[in-house]
Amino acid sequence: MKRWVTNLALVLLLAGAAGCGTLGTDPRDPFESWNRGAYEFNEGLDRDLLKPVATAYKEVVPGPVRTWVRNFFSNLGDLWIGANNLLQGKPGEAVVDWARFAFNTTFGLLGINDVATEMGLEKHDEDFGQTLGRWGMEDGNYHVWPIFGSRTSRDTLGTVVDWFGDPVTYVDKGAVRWSARGVRLVSNRADLLDASRILEEAALDKYVFQRDAYLQRRRSLIYDGNPPRAAREAPLAEAESEPSVSAVARSSADVERSVEVPPSASAQTPAAPAAAPQPAATEALEAAVRLLEAPAAVAPTSGG
Amino acid sequence: MLRKMVRFATAAAAVAVAIGAQAQSDTMAPDVLVKNVTLEVVDIIRKDTDIKAGGSVAKKKMIGLIETKVLPHFNFQAMTASAVGRNWGKVSADQKARLNEEFKTLLVRTYSSALTAYSDQTFDFRPLRAKATDTDVTVNVRVIQSGTQPVTIDYDMEKRPNGWKVWDVRIAGVSLVANYRTEFDNLVRDGGVDGLIKALQAKNSSLDPAVASTPAAAQKK
Repeated sequence: MKRWVTNLALVLLLAGAAGCGTLGTDPRDPFESWNRGAYEFNEGLDRDLLKPVATAYKEVVPGPVRTWVRNFFSNLGDLWIGANNLLQGKPGEAVVDWARFAFNTTFGLLGINDVATEMGLEKHDEDFGQTLGRWGMEDGNYHVWPIFGSRTSRDTLGTVVDWFGDPVTYVDKGAVRWSARGVRLVSNRADLLDASRILEEAALDKYVFQRDAYLQRRRSLIYDGNPPRAAREAPLAEAESEPSVSAVARSSADVERSVEVPPSASAQTPAAPAAAPQPAATEALEAAVRLLEAPAAVAPTSGG
Repeated sequence: MLRKMVRFATAAAAVAVAIGAQAQSDTMAPDVLVKNVTLEVVDIIRKDTDIKAGGSVAKKKMIGLIETKVLPHFNFQAMTASAVGRNWGKVSADQKARLNEEFKTLLVRTYSSALTAYSDQTFDFRPLRAKATDTDVTVNVRVIQSGTQPVTIDYDMEKRPNGWKVWDVRIAGVSLVANYRTEFDNLVRDGGVDGLIKALQAKNSSLDPAVASTPAAAQKK
């Protein structure tokens, strides 16, 4: 185990060093060269291990059984989703989540059937990173962690807390606990096989495509699918002062949609992406995230 | 003579039908348009045995389906301009046309691939929240599947002289156009606008079901 960790650290250092020089200039991603190293590592792990297992799982296990597995873990997740909705000041949604758990665990036979959705109780998607976002914590920087993948600084902290909010963590028997995690991982990956194929086809630079999609997605999730419309409808000048992802998207779209753009008008847009969310390194929580970032901060500087 | 008349009548009828269809989608409310097109396409996919069979035949058929049914409702010029973003000002008219074409091809391929993954999801067409005088609306559709949170698809649409046109699609909150912007930006920075066009061409030929197997189409980096 120890040697494995050393090897991993070595690979990442090398990858980080190799990645230097081909840096992008995205202000949200100051550790891009390191991140690309970790991304390559994750891609390799996925290609050689996780994806083949997930593909086999999809081929061997019949569809209904896969649905039971997906629903079983989805049901366990509803407990923590409810807790997060409560923490975000949405008690009504928390009640829905816990009602889902109650119905699905009983009538749905330990959660393998999602009877709650059929009853009109809709599944939510919440985690502690979103809760922190709701509380006003900024994204921070973009990271790609080995094995864990894409996370903002805030969501890295969120994932640590989510670990403790995951019922599987409290399974006493180690073998059962790790099997459960393994099956859940494979089940989730199997559900993403189509998506990853589409990503493969759509992206010119997979790393960038995935990063931007992740950052947009997280922002959308924090606002439960409705990022502030005020920013979208604001005139360009206002949109620039509040440089959210969607505001950026919208503002430059607004400018260029009328196609016959005077150069001066389109020249205004670069200001918006350049002003993308910077880490507001003021909160005490942010300090904790900084600690988590330590290895990422070391690698690129020592590499180049 | 009679043959000529029949030919003329057929042509006239075809034109009338075309005009009728055009006029219909011109005046159709944006949410109704999205619903009709979605249901029509999904219905075809469900019934078409070629598409069900998969492979390159299915892929070609799917692309054709999208080109005839979906494409007319998109404002690709606007999508391309928005994805190119700040560099649009330094793109020549000729480059604009080529960018437009390549980006369209890429999006159609991707879209057809996404539709191939369609299985038994159901759609929830949300009521449009807009005033009758609005010329810029978002049509919201949700794709529902057991055990997962519904996936939202938002169509940003603008009223044009020839009907409502989509200028961005947001899937689960991820804007397609915004997502390409950084990629395009990097490519223009590294190789100019022509570099971007080349990259798109290379990508498209690597995805082309007809030439993907020939060595000439091997993707160059």
